Amino acid sequence: MEEIKNQSRRDFVKASAAVAGGLAIGFHLPGKMAQADGGGGYAMPNAWVKIGSDNQITLMVARSEMGQGVATSMPMLIAEELEVDFSKVKVEFAPPAEVYINSLLGGQLTGGSTSVRDAWEKLRKAGASARMMLVSAAAAEWGVDASQVKAENGSLIGPGGKRMNYGMAAPKAAQMEVPKDVPLKPVSAFKVVGNVKQKRIDTPMKVKGDPIFGIDARVPGMMYAAVAMSPYIGGKLKSYDDSRAKNMPGVKAVVQYSRGVAVVADSYWQAKKAKDLLRVEWDQGPNAGLNMQKIWAGIQQAAKQPGATFRESGNVEEAMPKAAKTVTTTYTLPFLSHSPMEPMNTTAQVSADKAIIITPTQFQQLIPHVVAGATGLKPEQVEVRTTYLGGGFGRRVEVDYAIDAAEISKAAGGVPVKMVWSREDDMTHDSYRPAGMYTLSAGLDANGMITGMRFHSTSPSISARLFPSVVKDGIDPFAVEGIDNFPYAVPNLKFTYQMHDTGVTVGYWRAVSHNLNAVALECFIDECAAAAGKDPIDYRLAMIDMAPSKHAWSGLSAGVAVGPRIKNALQMVKEKSGWGKPLGKGKGRGVAVMEGYNTVIAMVAEVTVSPNYDVSVDRVVSVVDAGPLVHPDQALAQMESCINFGQSACMWGEITVNENTVEQNNFDSYRVARINEAPKQLEFHWIKPADNQPPGGLGEPATAVIQPAIANAIAAATGKRAKMLPLTPENLRAS
Amino acid sequence: MNITFNVNGKNETVDVAPDTPLLWVLRDTLGMTGTKFGCGKALCGACTVHLNGMAIRSCQTQIGSVAGQKITTIEGLKMNAVQKAWIALDVPQCGYCQPGQMMSASALLAANRNPSDADIDAAMSGNICRCGTYPRIRAAIKHAAKNA
Repeated sequence: MEEIKNQSRRDFVKASAAVAGGLAIGFHLPGKMAQADGGGGYAMPNAWVKIGSDNQITLMVARSEMGQGVATSMPMLIAEELEVDFSKVKVEFAPPAEVYINSLLGGQLTGGSTSVRDAWEKLRKAGASARMMLVSAAAAEWGVDASQVKAENGSLIGPGGKRMNYGMAAPKAAQMEVPKDVPLKPVSAFKVVGNVKQKRIDTPMKVKGDPIFGIDARVPGMMYAAVAMSPYIGGKLKSYDDSRAKNMPGVKAVVQYSRGVAVVADSYWQAKKAKDLLRVEWDQGPNAGLNMQKIWAGIQQAAKQPGATFRESGNVEEAMPKAAKTVTTTYTLPFLSHSPMEPMNTTAQVSADKAIIITPTQFQQLIPHVVAGATGLKPEQVEVRTTYLGGGFGRRVEVDYAIDAAEISKAAGGVPVKMVWSREDDMTHDSYRPAGMYTLSAGLDANGMITGMRFHSTSPSISARLFPSVVKDGIDPFAVEGIDNFPYAVPNLKFTYQMHDTGVTVGYWRAVSHNLNAVALECFIDECAAAAGKDPIDYRLAMIDMAPSKHAWSGLSAGVAVGPRIKNALQMVKEKSGWGKPLGKGKGRGVAVMEGYNTVIAMVAEVTVSPNYDVSVDRVVSVVDAGPLVHPDQALAQMESCINFGQSACMWGEITVNENTVEQNNFDSYRVARINEAPKQLEFHWIKPADNQPPGGLGEPATAVIQPAIANAIAAATGKRAKMLPLTPENLRAS
Repeated sequence: MNITFNVNGKNETVDVAPDTPLLWVLRDTLGMTGTKFGCGKALCGACTVHLNGMAIRSCQTQIGSVAGQKITTIEGLKMNAVQKAWIALDVPQCGYCQPGQMMSASALLAANRNPSDADIDAAMSGNICRCGTYPRIRAAIKHAAKNA
């Protein structure tokens, strides 16, 4: 792994090469390792388990809790082997440290639907290892063999009625040798993992309004900052006049920082009112005058390039002219905003030799490096405290707002400052889901089956900015996911990707390019089925690639042998959805299937479309093959969540740019689903895992499946195939 | 300027500009951070509190207009039937919008013991949840109605 040396704002990470099996980002972490012995009334047999002298068990959570339930599922895995009463454990968010790195991503980073996948074995081993050390400590204390000591419910039981609790054994346990061979109990013996009745640890707190999100942080002497940032994408501060702002009540300082001007005051409202009185002039920068017409013209121009080939088999050039019929479609997909409910914010205190950063982040490990780069401190002088996150969805993989707060605190003389973005700041300074153009063409034989297929996408690369070293030969693995693992058996294929920067900052958005590639693909397969005159599910079933093939860019997907799982899921969704049963006028059913993050999801959506093309989603039936579930109820919640997020995206989501400014700035111009618009009925069917099947990710994949399912249902209901998302009445009417 | 109002049964006097939104008085002046900032324009409902029992958006309510009035926040619900139902069904995901959701739901149930789906739509569509807890919110309101 390489150390991060240079931090600039656009390219602040020098990442290591990708490693097999995952997309390793690879950071060297100069900070302290987790302490083997924490002192202060508790002991830590390892970095995951803290045991108080009062026998209070605290389990460390090294992933960010942004709603997906890691504050419960991660400790469940540890507790399964630690043998403790799970209802009595406490959890604590871990600081950045090597030991907490996510092996699938190569960084202490929450994303890529990897938390459970990475932790599945690792955290059970951590729990088992700590338990074995506690057992050894008790055995040594009693002078008996470890095999004579049993761990049960937070207690150690020895021969002849000997007994001590974990708290008594912990200080000695922390000194014991770490066991090398750590056997794990079989899945059949699980008591905590997979418990269908398990509740979230954080719910009682959350219903009282108690948890501390970033925006709720308070430290002594804290000031509040409101900011004026360039309304222009890539714009720069030219000049500002703070003569009115600085004399407003409560204002302590008006400071310039990299991204603009901040007003620091006694309260947020005072800061905000004064900020509104700033007169700021901006230089539009290199994107001056940017608008959607120019952006789409640029994409169209770039799409004429051949692109980089990421999957090829047979000879598509020879196959296509021989086809009985050809289907060609170009889909365009818009920029999207993350818009989590908690706007970006950070509380920072930067003094001469230390920085404290309290922030809702998905990427705590990066923050010491970028804050060091921005303040002149060393990374080890930066302490990061991760709060609860009021939604993440990929937005909080970015660390821009932590840098901003650090710069503002420093510029304001080192006072602790809570910087809070307005919704307008948040929506207009997002790192957007890339827009893109997707041209697919298929040659069909006399039976309508696809004999040759081309896929050509043109979109910006996210990783080119954030993790440039994972981009190779013009291919960003995060731009080809969801299509590199194309699940159909087509003898002649050529899939290409053309990277194209539009000037708009793009970022990882829940399910990333699955939401582009798999959406385009699953709409297109329906178009081919229609051209072939076949039933969309039967058509897919007849074409599933059953070979155990592995593809070069499989990244976070299973990458191998998913055909039988896809077939199984499709067959089940056909049965469970009542596929083929007549629906009323204006109604339609649509199917979509995808493997992503080693989870296979087949979905059928039922919609009603009014004569004005208003769409309501009546019912969604999902079949999910995600392997063993750690926390079944919250696995279900993630499916519910993804369906909602994807529904918002495909029905209304669209960020547009005019005069180099993002046009949507709040929930009146950027529409998201509300309770009255949510699907009326959701049904889930879970495929029983095969023996030794590892868990798949669930935080993201369904967002990419619901979208083509809805689009295909609308096409079935109306005969209108939207080539442009979102599926608004305007776009449907125009199609 | 000193303004006195009642929060969760307790009189509070604050010295702030009368045009300060109630939201920021609760959060910054009184340190009651259960009430959330989401949009600042009464579009998302994260800041919902009760004014004399009615659900209002505190981001659009000036403190000067609530002098002498009764405000209830999430901290003042005292584990009511809505909160219990939220726990029973494990409604929250990230949890950020949930105080606002529960304030809206509590006001709904106070006025309507047995809300229909249409009543729930009407009372709750001003509260956005990006995590997609809507199915559980609907079920929890019905659960609370049954168990209240």
